[in-house]
Amino acid sequence: MTAPRPEAVVVGASAGALDALSILLPALPHGYPLPILMVIHLPPDRKSAMADLLRAKCRVDVREAEEKEPIEGGTVYLAPPDYHLLVESDRRLSLSSEEPVNYSRPAIDVLFETAADTFGAGLVGVVLTGANSDGARGLRAVTDAGGVGLVERPDTAYAPIMPRAALGACPNARALSLEEIAAWLIEAADRA
Amino acid sequence: MRTTDPTPERSDDIELRLLLDAIFRKYHYDFRGYSMASIKRRLGQARQRLGCRTFSQLQDRVLHEPAVFPDLLSYLTVQVSELFRDPAYFRALRDFVVPHLRTYPSLKVWVAGCSAGEELYSLAILFREEGLEERTIFYGTDINPDALRRAEAGLYGLDRIPLFTENHRRSGGKSSLSDYYTAAYGAAVLDKTLRKRAVFSDHSLVTDQVFAEVHLVSCRNVLIYFDRDLQDRAVGLFRDSLTRKGFLGLGAKESLRFNRHAEAFTELVRDARIYQKRGDA
Repeated sequence: MTAPRPEAVVVGASAGALDALSILLPALPHGYPLPILMVIHLPPDRKSAMADLLRAKCRVDVREAEEKEPIEGGTVYLAPPDYHLLVESDRRLSLSSEEPVNYSRPAIDVLFETAADTFGAGLVGVVLTGANSDGARGLRAVTDAGGVGLVERPDTAYAPIMPRAALGACPNARALSLEEIAAWLIEAADRA
Repeated sequence: MRTTDPTPERSDDIELRLLLDAIFRKYHYDFRGYSMASIKRRLGQARQRLGCRTFSQLQDRVLHEPAVFPDLLSYLTVQVSELFRDPAYFRALRDFVVPHLRTYPSLKVWVAGCSAGEELYSLAILFREEGLEERTIFYGTDINPDALRRAEAGLYGLDRIPLFTENHRRSGGKSSLSDYYTAAYGAAVLDKTLRKRAVFSDHSLVTDQVFAEVHLVSCRNVLIYFDRDLQDRAVGLFRDSLTRKGFLGLGAKESLRFNRHAEAFTELVRDARIYQKRGDA
């Protein structure tokens, strides 16, 4: 069986997100071809510095998602504070202010489930550090659709609860260090 | 004749379209031009809860069991808001829109997609603080009758009051939010006098027409659920409803950038997404 060609990556992170992403994202080279869609749990303030902080460290572009924008490679799209980020079947992004899921808006599950519906086996789901269980159900949707599930190793994660919940929900998911996840994503892009 | 499409539409997407078509034909609620990812996710939850295996089964039930539709409608329209959600928006209204509104002897405000009334009551409180309430009529419209009933009641969970209070303070509130509600049986009941000048009614931005001439339209986090054509239609309604140089407030992540009627408006406060209708539009 040949590995499916990855078309997009979804990432979810909560407590300890900035440190983890500061290792993961700067490892990606300029011109990295896959789009990366990301939910980080943040306070619902209207302005978030997260995209600016990460962009300064990265060779890929990092910005907040705009509603209805087409998804393009080499860009990290961050869910804006207080909105869910979703993927439409025509591969555009959409936002919603539906009720919080897992007490979170944005919720990792909402992004992962809608992305899995659109990208199917072409999706890679990555669950990083966090102190709640958002993302577990979403990662299960990714692997159920034939996509790949990667999870930050709980024993080295800043907050192990979210990785543990994701691994518990997805027997097929792999537990890797942040460096290994970065290497995996780079290699997957070469296959794309 | 058969065409050979290399990527045939998926069965669940076909079923979803048929379900929305059935809902429109039978109940005249038109969700066909909504962003589908959110609708599909929500209807997926409804399908699961109602014990249906497919959207086709759900369609069968919604057509033949009248009790199922109101339930489904709540899945399709649930919106959660707050009093003074996005305090910066209300602060900008105070600072940049209220001075214009003061020059009118009577005012009309339309909160389009008012859900359970949070936004309308926030405006009523702001207008009272600014001395404009007595000359204003507030229209709150929504397609969900249950939301309209909740809006009429003006009842919110007591657990939400700390957030509402903090929002109100950050919006530049000139009074204490506790002046506007009383606590009873675990709920905060808004002061009845705030409802005195409010009219809640059923209206769809998708299928209904202009119903009044207004000075301010506040429609936040509604357009994000619409596709481009519907967004054009809704903003067209706002343009036609607004008085000359009237004001339009959108949600933090909404803009008129790609809208067909963009040229009818100027940006008044960019960050707060407040627009003003041009004098010649």
